[in-house]
Amino acid sequence: MFKVARSIYQSVSHKSVLFYSTENSAVQGKLKELVNKNKVVVFMKGVPEQPMCGFSNAVCQILRMHGAPYEAHNVLEDESIRQGIKEYSDWPTIPQIYIGGEFVGGCDIMIQMHQSGDLIEELEKVGIKSKLVEEEGDTNKEKETK
Amino acid sequence: MLAKLSPFFGRHYVSTGRMIGSTPVADAINRKLEAYFQPIHVEVLNESYMHNVPKGSETHFKVLVVSQKFEKLPLIQCHRLVNEVLSEELKNGVHALSIVAKTPDKWDTTFMTEKSPACRGGFGK
Repeated sequence: MFKVARSIYQSVSHKSVLFYSTENSAVQGKLKELVNKNKVVVFMKGVPEQPMCGFSNAVCQILRMHGAPYEAHNVLEDESIRQGIKEYSDWPTIPQIYIGGEFVGGCDIMIQMHQSGDLIEELEKVGIKSKLVEEEGDTNKEKETK
Repeated sequence: MLAKLSPFFGRHYVSTGRMIGSTPVADAINRKLEAYFQPIHVEVLNESYMHNVPKGSETHFKVLVVSQKFEKLPLIQCHRLVNEVLSEELKNGVHALSIVAKTPDKWDTTFMTEKSPACRGGFGK
């Protein structure tokens, strides 16, 4: 009786593991598609119009300042995405920013890249011209004409 | 309660609203950062009070680490290293980790870590 119970348990738990790893691969596959779908992709809490986290909000503000279009995914709507993206990038927190399909970092890194000017370069690599560069150019032109 | 231990090198601030000593997560973070990075300066700030979590939580932290180990590493690698050192804490309760990683030549004693962005409600987690 015990042997029968044990073999049933083993076959069920083996199937559960298989089911999980199949589902997990499907999520990872979906995430790979999502991060490559647009030049700039952000996984955040909330939506750009109403972020639900200060760190996510900071990222949205920075991208808005640069005038960079981006696709946002609200991890609060899908727990599999919320956990899956952490596994995908091997990064434990949200928000997560992808430029040209590559994981760039979270909020701290975005802030530092913005302050150092590196973000302008990264955006240029994917064909996005930062609004801040254009504004600086206009300011210089004004100074020349005066 | 803010505990300023020393105005000089090696100071760290642990702000939790609890008595000093009952901050196991902050203590563990500090210990691990000291052990791995042998930093010339480290700060561990509990920012949980800024978020939608119960009083006295140890879920949101900001760390400043000044160490030679960050030499020649790209920024993302510096942060990954800190994440790795604190991986246990991140798996078990620490929900947000803000990192400032500097090499000794890029840091001076007048440097002040900025506060993290204000919470916007979250989802209680």
